[in-house]
Amino acid sequence: MSDAAAAPAHTPGTLTPHPFPAHCLEVDSLVLERGERLLFNGLTFCLDAGELLQVAGRNGAGKTSLLRVLCGLTRPMDGDMTWDGVPVRRLDDGPGGHLAYLGHHNALKDELSAEENIQSQCRLHGCPQTPEAVFSMLDELGLGGHADLPVKLLSQGQKRRVALARLLLLRRPLWILDEPFAALDVQVIEVLRQALEAHLAARGMIILTTHQVVPVRGPQRTLTLGDGA
Amino acid sequence: MMALLRALLALLQRDLLLAVRRRQDALVVLGFFVVVVSLFPLGVGPDPQLLRSMAPGVLWVSALLATMLSLERLFADDFRDGSLEQLLLTPQPLPLLVLMKILAHWLVTGLPLVLISPLLGMQLNLDGAEIVVLMTALLLGTPILSLVGAIGAGLTLGLRGGGVLISLLILPLYVPALIMGSGAVDAVMYGSSPEAHLSLLAALLIFTLLLAPWAIAAALRIMLD
Repeated sequence: MSDAAAAPAHTPGTLTPHPFPAHCLEVDSLVLERGERLLFNGLTFCLDAGELLQVAGRNGAGKTSLLRVLCGLTRPMDGDMTWDGVPVRRLDDGPGGHLAYLGHHNALKDELSAEENIQSQCRLHGCPQTPEAVFSMLDELGLGGHADLPVKLLSQGQKRRVALARLLLLRRPLWILDEPFAALDVQVIEVLRQALEAHLAARGMIILTTHQVVPVRGPQRTLTLGDGA
Repeated sequence: MMALLRALLALLQRDLLLAVRRRQDALVVLGFFVVVVSLFPLGVGPDPQLLRSMAPGVLWVSALLATMLSLERLFADDFRDGSLEQLLLTPQPLPLLVLMKILAHWLVTGLPLVLISPLLGMQLNLDGAEIVVLMTALLLGTPILSLVGAIGAGLTLGLRGGGVLISLLILPLYVPALIMGSGAVDAVMYGSSPEAHLSLLAALLIFTLLLAPWAIAAALRIMLD
């Protein structure tokens, strides 16, 4: 809380002023079946601090399913996931203590304003924000004049930006992003790109799916899902 | 500990704020309750003695149906916009979060039923002592309706025709609360003490309070898998 309040918070770079401790996510021989179709079998990878993993594959290859497994929302049929050597299922405060997830849905309440949405979710995730921190983050994502409007009056792209603002304010080391570039205009893509780079520079980790080329500097790998791969 | 309390409070505050912003949801439940209870005198005739003897059952059955009406949206809205996923990812115990959502649901739908019940009791010719027992019974019983109903809401999440399914699943489970609740008012009406009924109702409330949040949390995890 004090971190975000103390930071000048004018660029995403300054919002992650303190690097995260080095974490490591290991995934070992993951098996997942959805509706009698084997999506992946024996999926193994390891993600270290400061790395980006892009999950690629055609539609229906199981990209979103994989992200949901990594979040702990979907239970894999077999395989292990460990966070710093601790099985994810046995973490004290669950997987949500170390990761932030941005899925297909923005998880915003239409009747609440952008600021209220972010405030309540940050408090729910155990990292309350000062109103100033929220406003300056929204400002930075180009929502300065819209922070007090009910979210239902915002466009798709603007809603996505509010969800991004929440992601940036949560300060979790691992970001799991499902199509983060969808519905964003060029300017915000650039802001998001900078935020991703800053996150990697602060030893954060990113796992994302996208159909676009990610123009992010830093170590990155691609994991391609195919039929039963 | 502080973080947990703050998170729970944040959820309660958010749900209450949402209820204030879309008042019509809560008002529909209350209106339904009032209208259904008011239909009975029109249907069975204005004989005060008959109405009085029917009153406990009528009020309780109407309360059950009014609660059913509000259950479908308890988790469905959060499910649809992705908030439920995020709720599962918060580093807080899910059963407690669920309990907060139910508390908000009860404050918005159950409590108004309790508060308006004296008026409807008078309309059905109940006297003062009976109304006091009716309110006590509803105060103990409506949280049970919210808690048990939430299990059904969790289990039917994302299914088509979820509302009808909830009714089929949950109405049989409401029977104990219905029997104790209307029984308490009946007892005082026929000159005996309502204490036994109210004690059983309170015991049932404690029982569901302890078990339902875990059942609902498990249901939500399964439905979001």
